[in-house]
Amino acid sequence: MSEQFEPVIIGFTCNWCSYRAADLAGTARMKYPANVRLIRLMCSGRLDPTFVMKALAGGADAVLITGCHPGECHYIEQNYKALRRYLLLRRTLGGLGIEPARVKLVWASAAEGAKLTHEITSFVEEIRSLGPLHWPQWDGAETSAPAQAPAAAD
Amino acid sequence: MSTNGSKPKFAMYWASSCGGCEIAVLNIGEKILDVDANFDVVFWPVAMDAKYKDVEALEDGAITLCLFNGGIRTAENEHLAHLLRRKSKLLVSFGSCATEGCVPGLANLSRPQDILDTAFGTLTTDNPQAVRPIYDYPAPEGPLRIPVFQAAVRTLDQVVPVDYYMPGCPPESHQIAAVVELVIKALNGQAELPPRGATIGAGASTCCDECPRERNVKTIKQFVRIQDLEQIDPKLCLLEQGLPCNGPATRSGCGALCPKVSAQCIGCYGPAEGVVDYGARLITAFASVIDAKDPAEIERILDTLPDPTGQFYRFNLAKSLLRAGRPAWSQQ
Repeated sequence: MSEQFEPVIIGFTCNWCSYRAADLAGTARMKYPANVRLIRLMCSGRLDPTFVMKALAGGADAVLITGCHPGECHYIEQNYKALRRYLLLRRTLGGLGIEPARVKLVWASAAEGAKLTHEITSFVEEIRSLGPLHWPQWDGAETSAPAQAPAAAD
Repeated sequence: MSTNGSKPKFAMYWASSCGGCEIAVLNIGEKILDVDANFDVVFWPVAMDAKYKDVEALEDGAITLCLFNGGIRTAENEHLAHLLRRKSKLLVSFGSCATEGCVPGLANLSRPQDILDTAFGTLTTDNPQAVRPIYDYPAPEGPLRIPVFQAAVRTLDQVVPVDYYMPGCPPESHQIAAVVELVIKALNGQAELPPRGATIGAGASTCCDECPRERNVKTIKQFVRIQDLEQIDPKLCLLEQGLPCNGPATRSGCGALCPKVSAQCIGCYGPAEGVVDYGARLITAFASVIDAKDPAEIERILDTLPDPTGQFYRFNLAKSLLRAGRPAWSQQ
């Protein structure tokens, strides 16, 4: 039996809700897998789809986007923008051959440390069963002469 | 064309491209005579007969200006990219294919094998003997070698360093004329060339900035295809009328030609200044105009945009962050 695959997941959190939920989970000593690297944004509406593309191109296996519940955005309605971007992004990634399940949107208020813990735990398991993304690190192949598969990871 | 060796040398090459860039150069009208008056054209396959060995015989850096159009798809494209880089002082990534892969770059969504199968083996292909390319063929007269079809389309700057980028599919003729004029002036010491790596012959802003249509914060309930619209409002922003217009992410420089005649921008001038991933920027733009907060309603509206990947990466896939669809590089 080979070693268990540990996915690398980049998580974007909102300063006003999910980041605090993660903080709360920590204070309450709730445990979630260390596969998620959290990055704090001021709002899920700050999430440029470029960030997700860059994470996946740079070696992440999945991306978690978190924000305030609908109707509770600190900036009135930017989380709806995040929702629309997320749904369009998933379709676009699907066209590129990336399983849409590798990008997930979760609403978590500042009080929902337990919910966030649960969501992260189940997301890590989902990605573990999907396996590594292995997107090619194109930069290394740029000056060489790849006759067949430029930087094919497999 | 003059063979006078005292003038600066000019070259133009087509790699994986359609030839539209060459036509755009000829479309500069009588300014083409300035090119001939100021340059010695040493290599330009579409316009004159010169062999690769003629280019190889030149000293390194002998060509002053080389306009390189086309992406890198075959081993031959790659060889010429290296050769012309070595021989040229100013190598310009000319047009969308060289700069960002363009439409040939969409082949990066498919496996190379599937592309060859489609080209040589589908019902509409007249190929009764099922002939396939053989890269090394032992012909009776001697071995024949054809250039290898590589795994994916690459942009010129993914293969060799380039000095300038000139976007457009093709670059607009008045922009080409302005660039040629600038290079001629610079050669005569009357002007300075922009810093290396700059985008020339285009603006820095977006197509929307050149578009005369009126923009509001109005939002849409569905995307529509242009042929399904009974009437197009001649003054109102096309995106607000539901047409998937790529203007918000696309570099200015064309003068918003398409929106001015009620056709949506398809993005041939590539990403505007500061845009890292063209498709990602368009996702942001399109998501902003969708008038819905309910996930099911949003999905219904997105269903009216049947091919978002093609919509967002028609010209830019090879230069995007992910650069290719998974089938192009995956073993499966």
